[in-house]
Amino acid sequence: MKDVREALMVGRNSEGKLVRRPISPFMIPSDYKLQMSSGSSILHRITGVALGAGTLLFTAWLVCAAAGDGAFSVIQAILGSWFGLLILFGFTLALFYHFCNGIRHLAWDAGKGFELPAMHRNGKLVFASAIILTLAFWVIAFLVG
Amino acid sequence: MSKETAAPTIHIRRSGLGRARGLGTAKSGSAHWWAERVTSAALLPLVLYFVISVLILKGADHAEMAAYMAEPWNTVLYIALIAALFSHLSMGMQAVIEDYVRTDATRIITLLVVKGGIAILALASLISVLKLAFS
Repeated sequence: MKDVREALMVGRNSEGKLVRRPISPFMIPSDYKLQMSSGSSILHRITGVALGAGTLLFTAWLVCAAAGDGAFSVIQAILGSWFGLLILFGFTLALFYHFCNGIRHLAWDAGKGFELPAMHRNGKLVFASAIILTLAFWVIAFLVG
Repeated sequence: MSKETAAPTIHIRRSGLGRARGLGTAKSGSAHWWAERVTSAALLPLVLYFVISVLILKGADHAEMAAYMAEPWNTVLYIALIAALFSHLSMGMQAVIEDYVRTDATRIITLLVVKGGIAILALASLISVLKLAFS
């Protein structure tokens, strides 16, 4: 091996021979059962990256508004089409999940909610809140205007 | 898999300490970690404001959008949202890229492209809000 980082994963056994240090398997494929802890964690990343892609839409919306009447009516029509609404539905679901689980992360940073029963409880609370907030948003969106 | 099971040999002529130096976590890591928390806390009220503003602007025409963004509080809150959002996004994407892109060259290039792109998106959003506010 030539990589310095990789070389750190090598040690000597009791006979002085070089051996690769054991590493735990990666969490995703099938070595571990999907649990509340790992599931809510990877979903936080996935929704974060998805929201990053969604900011392209956010910027496009603002740039079109600044560009003028023609461009803005085009982007509003795209966002209001069934395809646009589908994307926006996914965006709001990702946003509310990341928002709620973000609060959970901030609570953990403050040292609260780490116990396993609490972790399972607040994890379920995050999933439920994200779904309820998303549905509430869309109910309001269709009621107003 | 055969690569994993073959007896390892080291071709780096440096001591164990020399190899370990510079690979630790202490340095500017805590500032990065703290900035992630600060921006996420700032985003809690700002995202709620944004969600409400989207509901208000649903189906708005250009004149309504321009009038909304020209309100001083809306201008300020949108600029604050853009600042917190894009710096949070930049740090989050950096953490993800550093975790999953292994080779140094690919990782550095990916970081430059993604963070550069995010900076451009942030500037485009900021200038658009300012243009709407002052025109």
